[in-house]
Amino acid sequence: MIRFNQVYKRYPGGYEALKNLSFEIAEGEMVFLTGHSGAGKSTLLKLIAAIERPTTGSVLVKGQNIKSLKSAALPYLRRNLGLVFQDHKLLFDRSAFDNVMLPLQICGFDHRESAKRVRAALDKVGLLKREKANPIALSGGEQQRLCIARAIVNRPTILLADEPTGNLDSEYSNEIMSIFHSFHQVGVTLLIATHDESALQHFPGRALTLKHGELL
Amino acid sequence: MKNVLFQHGQVISIILQRLLQNPFASSLNIIVIGIALSLPIGGYVLLKNVQNLAHQLAGTPQISVFLATGTSPDEIARISKQLKEHSAIDRIEFVPRDLALKQLQVSTGLSDVVAGLTQNPLPDAFIIYPTALTSQQLELLRDDLKSWSKLEHVQLDSAWAHKLEALLKFGRLAVFILAALLSFALVAITFNTIRLQILTQREEIEVAKLIGATNGFIRRPFLYFGIIQGLFGGAAAWLIIAFSLLLLNISLSPLNQLYASSFSLQHLSINDSLTLLGFSTYLGWLGAWLSVSQHLWRIEPK
Ligand SMILES: Nc1ncnc2c1ncn2[C@@H]1O[C@H](COP(=O)(O)OP(=O)(O)O)[C@@H](O)[C@H]1O
Ligand SMILES: [Mg+2]
Repeated sequence: MIRFNQVYKRYPGGYEALKNLSFEIAEGEMVFLTGHSGAGKSTLLKLIAAIERPTTGSVLVKGQNIKSLKSAALPYLRRNLGLVFQDHKLLFDRSAFDNVMLPLQICGFDHRESAKRVRAALDKVGLLKREKANPIALSGGEQQRLCIARAIVNRPTILLADEPTGNLDSEYSNEIMSIFHSFHQVGVTLLIATHDESALQHFPGRALTLKHGELL
Repeated sequence: MKNVLFQHGQVISIILQRLLQNPFASSLNIIVIGIALSLPIGGYVLLKNVQNLAHQLAGTPQISVFLATGTSPDEIARISKQLKEHSAIDRIEFVPRDLALKQLQVSTGLSDVVAGLTQNPLPDAFIIYPTALTSQQLELLRDDLKSWSKLEHVQLDSAWAHKLEALLKFGRLAVFILAALLSFALVAITFNTIRLQILTQREEIEVAKLIGATNGFIRRPFLYFGIIQGLFGGAAAWLIIAFSLLLLNISLSPLNQLYASSFSLQHLSINDSLTLLGFSTYLGWLGAWLSVSQHLWRIEPK
């Protein structure tokens, strides 16, 4: 599903964030990406979502090489991915419902069908009662769950999460990890970056550990 | 297909809502565009009206020839024959002085004045319809006729129409230059409005790109905004001109009564109105398109 081949990522300015990464993630796997702050976890996820491109080596996502991907093909790659961001990237000018609606609007889904899907996604993360709320009125944990609802509403085959529990206390983190685990159970491929190693003990899944841009 | 239409309809309704949310700012923009457009279009409307009036008054070019008073009927017959044989003359019309006076009475509404005259001050006259039509040929014919005896006064009626035509040409050029300049201003206004919108919606654009929005999807609301603003601006220009013409026509009415005429300024024809709306819509789209292609590609998610 995801394959890295001798991938190097050098940022403009010369800093080498990733060095000689080679690994593969199979369909339906749930993988934790761990490592210290600055190890290169976010960079790795950005390469998969083609937010950054590798300097050398190849990144294959569902068989497509990110490096040679045309910019016109980029949106269609991203529609297969669900992205959960540490800073949520929610839009505060619209309701929770409309935030989750956005990916479906972008794909041009039928309006009535979309509304059903949005409610299903909100229900999944336990926010159905807050659909009319502005995200700014939600707690940190609720905002993160809203971000997850937006990531899954399009039924992506791959879910990438960058420190989804980063700013949350352990009660909220477990809640969110359970949600991810339920996606794993229905066959979604998950890659979750976290510097909190405790999740590894509670949930099944392989760990990839980065140290100064190298895979341990 | 229905779905695509729904999406476009949704974009339009979002933009209309956005315009209504900010009624003051939006209407200010639309009014500025309307005023900018109404200057050249108003000039065009006035030129059209003057041109119509000129055509009504001028008709085909004629030469009026007034005979010296006391010219005998024999001499009139001789002159008439000579005129008819002239190669540059198509046909002629003899206007006896009595008839001329009657016409004056009827056509100008000066019946009271005419009735008060003790004798007819008008001479016998010929109206000449020349075969030649260029102003140079007409002037040659006029000069030729002037040298004939008994023809006291030769008047080329189309001379002023030619001068007017030259003046209209100049006016049209002025309107054209004004239109070009103000079209540029309209494009610039839209360009800047869209630039500001893109800046304030930067976050939304980034998020949309991250979750798989195509460039077309992101561009669409901005282009529609430009189109709608242009269309409304064009409509504002139309209304501004309509209102101005109303005022001008009201001020014309005492003049009309005085001269017993029924001249009034006409607004743009339906075709011209549609062209105006189409053109302003196009300019709005152009400004938005330029702005979007300038600014949108710079916003990439990090
Ligand atoms: N856009 C960038 N330009 C330059 N350096 C960057 C950029 N993004 C990240 N880095 C650097 O790359 C390294 C890895 O960063 P990141 O992938 O964010 O690590 P992590 O997510 O594991 O904390 C850091 O040292 C960071 O300073
Ligand atoms: Mg990070």
